[in-house]
Amino acid sequence: MSSATFRIWRGNSEGGEFQDYTTEVSEGMVVLDAVHQIQAEQANDLAVRWNCKAGKCGSCSAEVNGSPKLMCMTRLSSLPLDRPVTIEPMQAFPSIRDLVTDVSWNYQIKQEIKPFAPRQPDAPDGTWRMKQYDVERVQEFRKCIECFLCQDVCHVLRDHRLHDEFIGPRFFVYSAALEMHPLDTEDRRTELANDHGVGYCNITKCCTKVCPEEITITDNAIIPLKERVVDKMYDPLTKLLRIFRS
Amino acid sequence: MDYESFEHDVLVIGAGGAGLRAAIEASTAGVSVGLVCKSLLGKAHTVMAEGGMAAALGNVDDRDDWTVHFADTMRGGQYLNNWRMAELHAQEATDRARELEAWGAVFDRTKDGRILQRNFGGHKYPRLAHVGDRTGLEMIRTLQDHGIHQGIDVHMECTVIELLKDGDRVVGAVGYDRERGRFRVFTARAVVLASGGIGRAFKVTSNSWEYTGDGHALAYRAGADLMDMEFVQFHPTGMVWPPSVRGILVTEGVRGEGGVLRNSEGKRFMFEDIPELYQSSTATNEEEGWRYTQGDKKARRPPELLTRDHVARCIVREIKEGRGSPHGGVFLDIAWIKKRLSNGEEHIKKKLPSMYHQFKQLAGIDITQEPMEVGPTTHYVMGGIRVDADSQMSTVAGLFAAGECAAGLHGANRLGGNSLSDLLVFGQRAGKYAAAYAKEQIATRADADQIEAVARRALKPFECGSQGGGDSEGPYQVQYDLQDMMQAQVGIVRREEEIQKAIDRFGELRARADQVGVQGNREYNSGWHTALDLPNLLMVAEAVAKSAIVRKESRGAHFREDFLEKDAEQAKVNTVIRCGADGEMQVTQEPLSPIRDDLKRIIEDNK
Repeated sequence: MSSATFRIWRGNSEGGEFQDYTTEVSEGMVVLDAVHQIQAEQANDLAVRWNCKAGKCGSCSAEVNGSPKLMCMTRLSSLPLDRPVTIEPMQAFPSIRDLVTDVSWNYQIKQEIKPFAPRQPDAPDGTWRMKQYDVERVQEFRKCIECFLCQDVCHVLRDHRLHDEFIGPRFFVYSAALEMHPLDTEDRRTELANDHGVGYCNITKCCTKVCPEEITITDNAIIPLKERVVDKMYDPLTKLLRIFRS
Repeated sequence: MDYESFEHDVLVIGAGGAGLRAAIEASTAGVSVGLVCKSLLGKAHTVMAEGGMAAALGNVDDRDDWTVHFADTMRGGQYLNNWRMAELHAQEATDRARELEAWGAVFDRTKDGRILQRNFGGHKYPRLAHVGDRTGLEMIRTLQDHGIHQGIDVHMECTVIELLKDGDRVVGAVGYDRERGRFRVFTARAVVLASGGIGRAFKVTSNSWEYTGDGHALAYRAGADLMDMEFVQFHPTGMVWPPSVRGILVTEGVRGEGGVLRNSEGKRFMFEDIPELYQSSTATNEEEGWRYTQGDKKARRPPELLTRDHVARCIVREIKEGRGSPHGGVFLDIAWIKKRLSNGEEHIKKKLPSMYHQFKQLAGIDITQEPMEVGPTTHYVMGGIRVDADSQMSTVAGLFAAGECAAGLHGANRLGGNSLSDLLVFGQRAGKYAAAYAKEQIATRADADQIEAVARRALKPFECGSQGGGDSEGPYQVQYDLQDMMQAQVGIVRREEEIQKAIDRFGELRARADQVGVQGNREYNSGWHTALDLPNLLMVAEAVAKSAIVRKESRGAHFREDFLEKDAEQAKVNTVIRCGADGEMQVTQEPLSPIRDDLKRIIEDNK
């Protein structure tokens, strides 16, 4: 049995500071285990959001040694334990308490995106036909566990605080999942361009790097959305055809 | 006492599959709906469900229809099920599955473009609609994305601590928001409980943090009957190593894709012990079992796909008799299928991506190369709040329940895949009937005295903490002690003396829970939240223990070492728990209602 020190941020929206806690560590432990131990033995009121402890619910997002991670999927063996391990809340969202942040903005944004609008059923029994290869891409997007690590790391939100003009990588993935859904009939391209800020993404791909579900966010969702927006709004040929038609 | 008030026609407590589906249905019926959840929206325990949703669509095997699904469910439940619920479930699951697709869910497809269905334990035909091994996520996300446009008021990260009553009727609830610790009072004309299970009463569990039996305790304290609490499902395959992941689920889908169980001698021990009830439908050799998993309609299922209670007990036997794996489990091997499939490695990664990821990330094991170590884990509770099959109303007026927290559908043992379909079928019914009920009620005002009492009790841990200083006991130790006790005394293998030892300790644990102290303030104070969960955990644990001791037979998931056989008399009764007028827990056994003749014939035809 050895021990390790964890430098955990304690505080709220008015401010706070790092506090060091030393606790025993054993084989196979993840960061969340250490946080639970500290919570049970040393700091009963340490605020941490968690639920499944298996990388499926996206609740325990935090920044470990500066990297956005799920605490339940970060093994201590992947971190240097000869110095304190820093655990901080996500920086792109307002603080509630300690490691818990206010992620409600994400829920508001989702409601502003036009929902799924399927075409008429393909078969007389009211069902549709979709081939597996038609749904593979959409299924990749729908793996998203809404951990918001991609939102946390994107400089447009994190540093430039453009929450009013930019919906962030998670919601570009959500929009792409709808736009590319074989049954969907809605067109979200105008909003993506004018209200949701798809133009702000400059392909730095930090989102793709931190996604725990390994969704290829930038290349598979955002760039295709940019291409679709360009097709509709900036392609001179399409514009010309529109003028002729109207 | 300071609190915020909210008025809704229907209040739904719990936002998993059942809660969301109920809220959506009630909203569609035109009433105002409030939805309360302990976690953030979309993060309820439903996300963990991996296998799939059972519905007799007949897309992969057109011999399937609702009557076979009904018969399979009844057989799995050892005929202790509420047969009317089983009938409705089998009939309506198909519509609910198709409806989910209409709301945007993207299931894996058959070659001709319809919803694909996979094999699972206890189901005669491939019946589980699924997407990879993340069907639960797909369901909750679809419901969430559909639900947020229905005008439902969502109260996230809010925990309900008591129901409010006006005479015999439930008229609302009191809760607190986790963020600031402020009290919230909800008045409603009907309340739907959809709060999930009780896994956190045990040490090794696949269940998430939320599962502290809140709905069960709320209903019990409001005077409702609970039923079948002795039937706790121990899923046979949870991870066993390293310690931090012990209990996390390894989906039955691994066995559905050809995964096999082996002991330390390398033997497939499941072949040695096939129960009589399933002999005609189980393969007798390894070759036939493999063909079944690859879709051969003439083959019978391998013994690894027998019902969970049986598989769990076989695994426990192997471990106890010294033939287990190094860390106290047995081996689950899917890597072997590479000998039969040329693209075996890709196939495993494609069909079981989150299993691959889970083992790689958390245990450093590549399941395409080596076997997994697995062992039983507390997974589900078949028992719960007793409800009317058609309307999902409990024995208390105005109080409805759906999903895992309701009892009856699964009898003595649940089949895999039947929970996700349960959520949608009975979530829809609870929402529909709660809305109809609400429309007939006049609104009532909440009783200020009731609310005061609840709030005062809730703040007690802070008083104990400040009076006792550093000496008052914290809540976590009481929780750990309860979990250890239930794991050891009321686990998979039960005996009279052991269960009694647990029953004798509840008084002491309750006294300790009553005096736990917490420090700090009310803002997102996890210690305080745990202190408030404790009475619920203790109540459901006691209900499980007291039901387990009166059922002196082994049936389904309830296994008595001292009563190994099924008893003909107890085959006809359910164990019922209710709170007596003196506040003491009462346990009775009440007869099942006799099954309808046409349904009896269906069961016979499918034997």
